Amino acid sequence: MADALFVGLSILTVGSAIISLESRELLYGGIALAVSLLGIAGFFIILDAPFVAMFQIAVYVGAVAVLVIFTVMLVRSPNTVTKSETVKRKVAGIALGLAFLALIGSLIGNSVISQLGFSDTVPVVEIKEIGRELLTYYSPVLIVLAFTLAGSIIGALALARREDIEEKNEPA
Amino acid sequence: MNQPSDFLIIAAVLISIGIYGIVVKRNALRLIFSIELIANAVNLVIVAFSRMLPNPQGQVFVLFSIAISAAEVAVGLGIMIIAYRFYKDIDVTEYKNLKN
Repeated sequence: MADALFVGLSILTVGSAIISLESRELLYGGIALAVSLLGIAGFFIILDAPFVAMFQIAVYVGAVAVLVIFTVMLVRSPNTVTKSETVKRKVAGIALGLAFLALIGSLIGNSVISQLGFSDTVPVVEIKEIGRELLTYYSPVLIVLAFTLAGSIIGALALARREDIEEKNEPA
Repeated sequence: MNQPSDFLIIAAVLISIGIYGIVVKRNALRLIFSIELIANAVNLVIVAFSRMLPNPQGQVFVLFSIAISAAEVAVGLGIMIIAYRFYKDIDVTEYKNLKN
């Protein structure tokens, strides 16, 4: 059975995920998304993966959430509430989500995973071991990942560039 | 004590919230929120299985996955800002130039 910390984190994560999609202000939605990602980091700490939790907080709550909030401020338009969100579409979306949940729930309930448990006897994964994996077997992946990140950041900067301002600032 | 299936249920709930958002919402930022929720639920599943086995490679893959989705968010928000500059709106039903 689940303990109290798990239940609290679940309510925090799922509740703020719902708020992030349903809040009227887009800015509050971004903040709720950051809280939800923080809840996922809490799950990582429960699962004895503190390094992944710190990475999650640094990248998601630190970078992605701030990026999203800045974008919300940049694109603040008079009608952030969508017009085409009809009741019919909403009912269809809820039905689809619940159908997926029922499918996965019955799969988990009927599979052998529901009888498995976390083993308490084996030692927890050490951070040193993750570092060794990253720098030996997965080092080409790390290099490719670095190039991907650099390329995507440069691409995002090139996309968001404004030509009209640049022409004005250039010396004639 | 928690079971691995508890974490899987929470991940399934997050994925269904993300599916609901992708189907219903037409605001580009809310679509990005939904994609982020689904990506995080998948990361949660991988870390839960990595704890169950136990095997450090699951955590390594989650590190890669977090970095990839950070890059994806950067590019997505860049595309959204330039689309806002063209259409003065972030409602994806307004982006009709690629139709027809």
